[in-house]
Amino acid sequence: MMIFLIVVIIVVVMVTGLYNTLVKLKKRCENGWAQIDVQLKRRYDLIPNLVETAKGYMKHEREVLENVTKARQQAIDATNIKDQAAAENMLTSTLKSLFAVAESYPDLKANTNMLAVQEELVSTENKISFARQHFNDTVMAYNTRIELFPSNIIAGMFNFAERDFFELDNEMEKEVPKVSFE
Amino acid sequence: MMYDRIAANRRNSIILVFGVMTFLITLGYFLGEYYGSGYFGIGLAVVVGSVSALVSYFGGRGVILRISRAGKIEKKDHPQLFNVVDELAIASGLPMPDIYVIQDSAPNAFATGRDPGHAAVAITTGLLEKLDRDELQGVMAHELSHVQNRDILFSMMVGVMVGSIALLSDFFLRSVFWGGGRKRSKNKGGSVPIMIIALILAILAPIFARIMQMAVSRQREYLADASAAQMTRYPNGLASALKKIAEDPEVLEVANRATQHLYIVNPIKPFEKRAKSLFSTHPPIEERISRLMDM
Repeated sequence: MMIFLIVVIIVVVMVTGLYNTLVKLKKRCENGWAQIDVQLKRRYDLIPNLVETAKGYMKHEREVLENVTKARQQAIDATNIKDQAAAENMLTSTLKSLFAVAESYPDLKANTNMLAVQEELVSTENKISFARQHFNDTVMAYNTRIELFPSNIIAGMFNFAERDFFELDNEMEKEVPKVSFE
Repeated sequence: MMYDRIAANRRNSIILVFGVMTFLITLGYFLGEYYGSGYFGIGLAVVVGSVSALVSYFGGRGVILRISRAGKIEKKDHPQLFNVVDELAIASGLPMPDIYVIQDSAPNAFATGRDPGHAAVAITTGLLEKLDRDELQGVMAHELSHVQNRDILFSMMVGVMVGSIALLSDFFLRSVFWGGGRKRSKNKGGSVPIMIIALILAILAPIFARIMQMAVSRQREYLADASAAQMTRYPNGLASALKKIAEDPEVLEVANRATQHLYIVNPIKPFEKRAKSLFSTHPPIEERISRLMDM
């Protein structure tokens, strides 16, 4: 009787522990995903700043600036992940061309506001890709745990489903754009 | 592979820490035996070890930052540095550490703090001026890796144990040579072999402990380099920063024998020349760079 009780207690403690670990890992994945959105939002917020600063100097490059603004709006409006990925892609490449064009404006290059916005944008690009990297790391930890014995039994019992990794179709987007005024 | 290397480094370090701990207890036992009770010696060794461990656990960070003359900065003081550290905090999933700057033209950096929630990174103004963004990211990733791998606490504890060994040995040797323990050992009688063992241990233990501490430290540097490469997915940044730091002739004035092991590159330049020796805190830079380039 005593032994039976001890076995039951051990099993309950083990199941609780494994279940809690799975919940913790799942929450980490969700948090990792939210972190990406935070950084994307930050980028949207920075862009009007950049456009305002550049506007005064780039008299003949209306189109470039308009493209950036348009791409930003598309990315914000995107409703599904696939559309959003495409719009983000677009945004990254329009930003790249904006910085490329800016190189031929020495005054703009030296503008301290421009330098500050540029640093913030570079940093945000990095944060986006690091946040994605971190999200994938947490998903890997979670998925591995779901498949490993004995937690796979618990995962099956409580319907813990595997999560998808964040992947991009476009190879170019995986590279953090190098923005420089040299 | 990067993951294998991280795992191997971690294993080696754990073995080494257990080695140092065994040393401390063995030393305590023989010194105690010399005075009549080996268990008293073990007790003393454990007490000396734990008290100093507690003191450095709670007060270590403040002391280290103060003796390195590091001052805390805000985002407006250096936006790029803050951004870089913030990015890496996201990449590693760590909370944002406090950022300190040391006013010194010699290029160097270190991390301290007992756990990720109490971590601080410090960097000299010299290093800030000399590095580009990618290199700065590499250096900061190295420091955050020390935080992530719990190296700081780890090396602090090894340091404390090595210090305790030195303290016990010193105490014993003094008491033997100044006659403090002689009476008691005579009363015991027949303790000559024990005394010889205790003497040899007291002389050799601090040296061996120091060698082990340095071996741990070297392993940790490789580990942090590897983790930094994993964090940034760009080993070249750190490699080129290490090269710049190594080629710089300036000497960091605030560094000393007690803090040298903390820095990303050994700040006491003459030591760097014989970096392959047993007492070096850091592996040779060429070796670190070539390992980074192999990743």
